[in-house]
Amino acid sequence: MKAKHALSAIALAAAALNGWAAGGQDLIKQQCVACHAVTKPEKATLDRLWERKGPDLHYAGLKFNRDWMVGWLQNPTVIRAGGVLPPKAAKGADGKGPDTVDPAQLAPHPKLSAADATAVADALMALKPEGLVEKGAFKNEPVNASFASMLFSKLRGCTSCHSSKPNAGGISGPELYTAGDRLQPDYVVAYVKDPHKFDPHVWMPRLELNDADVQKLAGYISTLKSAEKK
Amino acid sequence: MIRTGFKRAALGFALLSAAAGAAAQEPHANAIKNYNTYCVQCHGVNRDGNGINSRDMAVKPRDHTDTKAMADTPDETLFKSIKGGGLAVSKSVLMPKWEGVLNDDQIKEMVSYLRFVSKTTSK
Repeated sequence: MKAKHALSAIALAAAALNGWAAGGQDLIKQQCVACHAVTKPEKATLDRLWERKGPDLHYAGLKFNRDWMVGWLQNPTVIRAGGVLPPKAAKGADGKGPDTVDPAQLAPHPKLSAADATAVADALMALKPEGLVEKGAFKNEPVNASFASMLFSKLRGCTSCHSSKPNAGGISGPELYTAGDRLQPDYVVAYVKDPHKFDPHVWMPRLELNDADVQKLAGYISTLKSAEKK
Repeated sequence: MIRTGFKRAALGFALLSAAAGAAAQEPHANAIKNYNTYCVQCHGVNRDGNGINSRDMAVKPRDHTDTKAMADTPDETLFKSIKGGGLAVSKSVLMPKWEGVLNDDQIKEMVSYLRFVSKTTSK
């Protein structure tokens, strides 16, 4: 009798979970797919990258931390200060210093309610295609913070396009000063090693760093967390 | 009447020059697309080294409109720096290697486009 109850409780819970996830999927269909690819694009061309309005999410479950997503979807911050496609947003300053970013190209991300953010994050976390990210690739070895920071800024040139603290460094790549909250370290390892596995034309270069460098950089990036939580 | 004629001639000339400008860029269409995808962030919309990323760089990106400096740089150096990054030509690590997304033919097209931008000839 007890077993029967337990079973029906499990069945009920499973049904509730399914309903929950389905809600997230519906929300994604209604609100996300206009800008984000949630399935692998059939033709991964350079033109597609020029036309897309938001970053690809078809591997979101391998990339993001769930809790970060739940929070960010309710209170989105600017991750790509140079726009989704920096070349589209950049405006020449005609000899008067660096190019500027056209604010019209920086459309704010919609805000979701807590319930919707949770449902969407859970549905996105289910997007885990095979073959992109090796589980356990990040070894989590102790990192010498000042050396790793130097690798990032001076020795390997990451800082050309990425910022490790607000308002310092490049802006064409996503900011990394909240990357420790945002990204799964295994994903960082896989992406740094070969960004073109995720998209063959994306402008993150494949630097062919040795594994020790990749581990140190991923370790360093995992320590970059938003100031609010410190 | 004469004035209108002059205006028309001026307009015609302007149109012709614009067309000539477009025609001169046409053989570089692929390189321009690639430049605008991979290079413009640092080298700038005006190709003058003033990209959106350039503000905080310890070494400023090369100004591709600098005729003098570009004339002094051999094709081989340009090719190597695009393919293998700044370190491949003893320059800044801030310039990454692009061989992962650009093949040799595309890099050659880019070198030829840089000659066009800098108003220099192959060296």
